[in-house]
Amino acid sequence: MTSTKQHGGLARPSLGARLRRGVEPAVLLGPGLLFYAALVAAPVLLVTGYMFARRGRFGGVEWELSLDNFSRVTDSVYLEVFRESLGLAFVATLLALLIGYPTAYAIAKLPPRWRTVALVLVVVPFWTNFLIRVYAWIVLLNSQGLLNDLLVGIGVTDDRFTLLYTPGAVVVGLVYSYLPLMILPLYAAIEKVDEDLLEASADLGAGRVRTFLGVQLPLTMPGVVTGSILVFVPSLGNFVVPELLGGGKTVMVGNLIRDQFLKAQDWPFGSVLAMIVVVLLVLLFLGQAWVTRRVEGPARG
Amino acid sequence: MNAPLLEVQQVSRSFGDVRALDGVSLTIAENEFFALLGPSGCGKTTLLRSIAGFEHPDGGAVLLGGSDLLALPPNKRPVNLMFQSYALFPHLSVAANIGYGLKREKLPKAEIAQRVDEVLETVGLTAMAKRRPAQLSGGQRQRVALARAIVKRPRLLLLDEPLSALDRKVRAEMQLELKRLQHEVGITFVVVTHDQEEAMSMADRIAVLAGGRVQQVATPLELYRNPANLFVADFIGTSNLLPGPSAGQHLVVRPEDVRLVAPGAGRLDGTVADTQFQGGTSTVAVDVPGQAKPFLVTEHGATEAVRGTPVGLAWQHEVAVGEGLA
Repeated sequence: MTSTKQHGGLARPSLGARLRRGVEPAVLLGPGLLFYAALVAAPVLLVTGYMFARRGRFGGVEWELSLDNFSRVTDSVYLEVFRESLGLAFVATLLALLIGYPTAYAIAKLPPRWRTVALVLVVVPFWTNFLIRVYAWIVLLNSQGLLNDLLVGIGVTDDRFTLLYTPGAVVVGLVYSYLPLMILPLYAAIEKVDEDLLEASADLGAGRVRTFLGVQLPLTMPGVVTGSILVFVPSLGNFVVPELLGGGKTVMVGNLIRDQFLKAQDWPFGSVLAMIVVVLLVLLFLGQAWVTRRVEGPARG
Repeated sequence: MNAPLLEVQQVSRSFGDVRALDGVSLTIAENEFFALLGPSGCGKTTLLRSIAGFEHPDGGAVLLGGSDLLALPPNKRPVNLMFQSYALFPHLSVAANIGYGLKREKLPKAEIAQRVDEVLETVGLTAMAKRRPAQLSGGQRQRVALARAIVKRPRLLLLDEPLSALDRKVRAEMQLELKRLQHEVGITFVVVTHDQEEAMSMADRIAVLAGGRVQQVATPLELYRNPANLFVADFIGTSNLLPGPSAGQHLVVRPEDVRLVAPGAGRLDGTVADTQFQGGTSTVAVDVPGQAKPFLVTEHGATEAVRGTPVGLAWQHEVAVGEGLA
């Protein structure tokens, strides 16, 4: 990519060439950068500002320096919401990983033609509206729903279970919603693992379990981490699933933030909550970068 | 020849309509440097992978030291394979790559460390122990792959095109190095290669494979001097082919066996078409009437032949061979 290489390091590149080199990246990156500046950087800056302001009487903020919003977070009510949200998001992520890994593995081992079909099938649910799909789970899970009908029908139980409006239902909804985001990066990582490496492991005396733990899993760790983050992040911030499937009994950070802005009209406090989530996520992404670098090793000199 | 170590008996393997191995039988002796040589698609890699346990023959038997090898899964076979791609674990250091197989044997940590150090010394990579494979050169990676296999002290080491990924100069060095190592560690080596020079320079004995069948098993010299059929004669070294004494037979005459003599004084007459000076030797191409390809003659030093002049060709050593391959 260096200019000396492109030009043989001899003649000074022409003015046109130099101009083109300066303009090209700007043209290519421009739209993306603009998009992010407008829709990510600006809101984040705004929310950062709100954190230090006082709440306005009817929403909005009064620009008056205050740190009260930060101390309120340590209130046990809010800490409990954070704890519960992190817990649910964590369980949902773990389940998605346990379901997603074998699925992704099976897809990666299919003949190439069927791989494409399987991957399309994984993504198909995204073609239906998110709300409708979550509503469908109410039909499945409620006490007169299909799942209870099935359990009673095959004689597992006479009493109908309370499945809906439980933390369990929220986890099921989250896993269902974000499983494809787990499967796709896992598939990409598993597909990349050279079959020779697995054979080499067996050749050196490792059984199947050892080969999985010693070679396959470490080499697919970037996919595991990426998939986990892609599931964990939207799970943590989700407020639709807890509302519909948790019946308002399970409050997650997403609900809390939404309520501060839309119901309690407390934008500064909502901003602090939102920023805590953002910081958590940034830390997660740094962790992901670290894992990826460790596995793939330093670039060749 | 030492006691037989590996016996391959009537091994066959088909992929759909393709017979990759068609009743292959071989015996490889203890401590031998053995080469499986053939063009791509001849079945040599399938045979190697069958011995390692990654292919399953449709029929036949493979015995190691008299006991059935095919019944064991790859991780239970006292055989190690050096992969053509080297297959080094990218997430592990050089030392951890080499120690991987020893850990699977549940050896004490101290012993593993000691054996890894020893083998690193043997292949001259002690200074690289902590590096990742991506930080090594091609030749260094090849040594790590070799070290990782020999540190297990297998009864048989299989090497799949061990030198193909190296550039020419490193390859020549590694040919000698492999031979030295084989003597040093006293392990039976079976090398798969498509490069006849490589096989000739390293192996004690060579099996030439083509079309899933063994064409000939012999020492390099024997293969060269007495090829069993036309395929072997043509595949090994350079040959001049002439119609044989009976139908379906060919006469094989090696270029270095031929002398240039006065026209009429030899067994054939022709015209010098071209001369090439290669340093130690020269090659003279002679057009012989009735022969499609020019007759090649190797002479020591610079040749005195002049393009366009008539010459006679004389030789003593020749071999009559059949077609061999259908």
